Amino acid sequence: MTDQAILLVEDNPDDEALTLRALKKNQIMNEVVVAHDGIEALDYLFCRGPHADRNPDEMPQVILLDLKLPKVDGFEVLRQIREHPRTRLLPVVILTTSNEEGDRVTGYGLGANSYVRKPVEFGEFIQAVKQLGLYWLLLNQSAPLPRSA
Amino acid sequence: MKGMTTVAPRSLSGRLTRLNVLVTATGLLLACAGFLAYDFVTIRQALVENLAVQARVLGSNSVAALTFNDRESAEKTLAALRAAPNVVASGLYAPDATLFAAYRRAPSDPVPAQVELPAGEEEKQWSDQGDVLLVDRIVFQGTTAGYVFIESDLNLFWQRIRRYLVISFCVLASAFAIAVGISTQLRRETLRPIAALAEVARHISQEKNYSVRASTETPAELAVLVEGFNDMLEQIERRDRELREARDDLERRVEQRTAELAAANKELEAFSYSVSHDLRAPLRSIDGFSLALLQDYSDSLDADAKNYFERIRAATRRMGMLIDDMLNLARVTRAEIRRERVNLSAMARAATAELKKTDGSRDVECVIEENVETEGDAQLLRVAIDNLLGNAWKYTSKHATARIEFGQMRTNGSRVFFVRDDGAGFDPAFAGKLFGAFQRLHGSSEFPGTGVGLATVQRILLRHGGKIWAEAEVEKGATFYFTV
Repeated sequence: MTDQAILLVEDNPDDEALTLRALKKNQIMNEVVVAHDGIEALDYLFCRGPHADRNPDEMPQVILLDLKLPKVDGFEVLRQIREHPRTRLLPVVILTTSNEEGDRVTGYGLGANSYVRKPVEFGEFIQAVKQLGLYWLLLNQSAPLPRSA
Repeated sequence: MKGMTTVAPRSLSGRLTRLNVLVTATGLLLACAGFLAYDFVTIRQALVENLAVQARVLGSNSVAALTFNDRESAEKTLAALRAAPNVVASGLYAPDATLFAAYRRAPSDPVPAQVELPAGEEEKQWSDQGDVLLVDRIVFQGTTAGYVFIESDLNLFWQRIRRYLVISFCVLASAFAIAVGISTQLRRETLRPIAALAEVARHISQEKNYSVRASTETPAELAVLVEGFNDMLEQIERRDRELREARDDLERRVEQRTAELAAANKELEAFSYSVSHDLRAPLRSIDGFSLALLQDYSDSLDADAKNYFERIRAATRRMGMLIDDMLNLARVTRAEIRRERVNLSAMARAATAELKKTDGSRDVECVIEENVETEGDAQLLRVAIDNLLGNAWKYTSKHATARIEFGQMRTNGSRVFFVRDDGAGFDPAFAGKLFGAFQRLHGSSEFPGTGVGLATVQRILLRHGGKIWAEAEVEKGATFYFTV
């Protein structure tokens, strides 16, 4: 398991706590950076605002992205990630409550790597997070990060 | 126009001309024929009378010659006939009817040697080979002094007749020409209003402009027609306008309704979107933190507390299911129907196979008729079949063995599909509640469920223009019939 961070974009504190708990329950010890809205997530990724001093060569291993977010929604975040050469190859997993067909189509259309629906049943959610961790943190070989300018 | 018997189009003007010419020609010809016949008779009669006068004159002038037997003088008298070119031959006869003196226009022309005139008759005439012949008795002082014979050809007559015919023909021809000329002129004037009317009709049929009116300055007979025509146009125009107004009104209303419907749909979409997001999130929290409590504080919770938490979690799951079913029901209502050929047998087989996989311990005989096909939306019909077979599976779960059947049959000429089971069934008295959303005929402790499945199935079939109904008996099974 790598030691790169996981970027969790989630506005609901309950969901944040539960996701962190699910990660812990699955012994995923990576650092989890939590962004509470779209702006925060983009600031982190592009080293802006409060994250201006961050090392731009450190990018998250995977981004867990909710869709319904304040200020800038998940789709817009995804669009900007895919637009920027520095971030366009980052794995993005949409982790959301919605199972609307339209959301899935839009998500994949914008270049999401996965679309996972958060189950109501927490046991199932733990299982889902376990498999996400296994796959994106362990099994999957990400593209090398482009050198920063 | 279609559906109407049509006569080969012939112009009215042509017909009128023909009529005029026919009437004129007939009249003229009849008049000419009448004159000709009359003249034929009178000219001939005049000719004959003329001949008789000639004969009498000849006779009177020859009395002396006959009396004194002066043959020379008689011949001289006869020779005067040269002045009348129509006389072919003539002869004077003694009282005993023998030839006394003769005149021949040509030497070869015969003069009879004897004449016969029955006693008491003054004169006899007859025709022979187109010539008129005449014998006249010459009477002098009461006794027969002799006879005179004259033969005349009809050349003069025929000549006159010929001239007459030529003149008649000329008159006929010029009368004819004048008649045609006048008739053309008259026809043009008579037909002008009709032609104008026809032009208006043509204009209307081409331009679809019903506001045009035909001129009413026409003869009385046509005025009725024109008036009727204009009346008709007015009615058409009015009806047209009313129709257009009705259509516009309808369009406006449809537009309004469509807008309303679109707004309602949008609202529904926003609603279901919000439900799928916002209503489920708190449930996740409730379940998640309940489980967290159960896991992290297991030691400090007694059995009752743990039981309550489990109940909270069960209720949460149930509500999650309800929300999902509700969203599915809404989706079925919104989804666009894409019709294609669908194999229901294959769907039923897949559904039962899936059910057997999830609950392999049960002894269920699944009888699925082969090659049952229909037209419909594959995705939606799969949801319907899954639901119906899922129900059959669920409601036979309390029986040791079960039989689930899928097939088709013909009722009143239409194709009906059915799903039959021999499970719990239901009381037919409550059949009306079967297809209402969130309506259940069994307690959820008995058979789990949200009561949305059959409502979804019914909505899918209704959207296909089909229907669903059921027959059942408690503990003897249920049969769901449906059409697509």
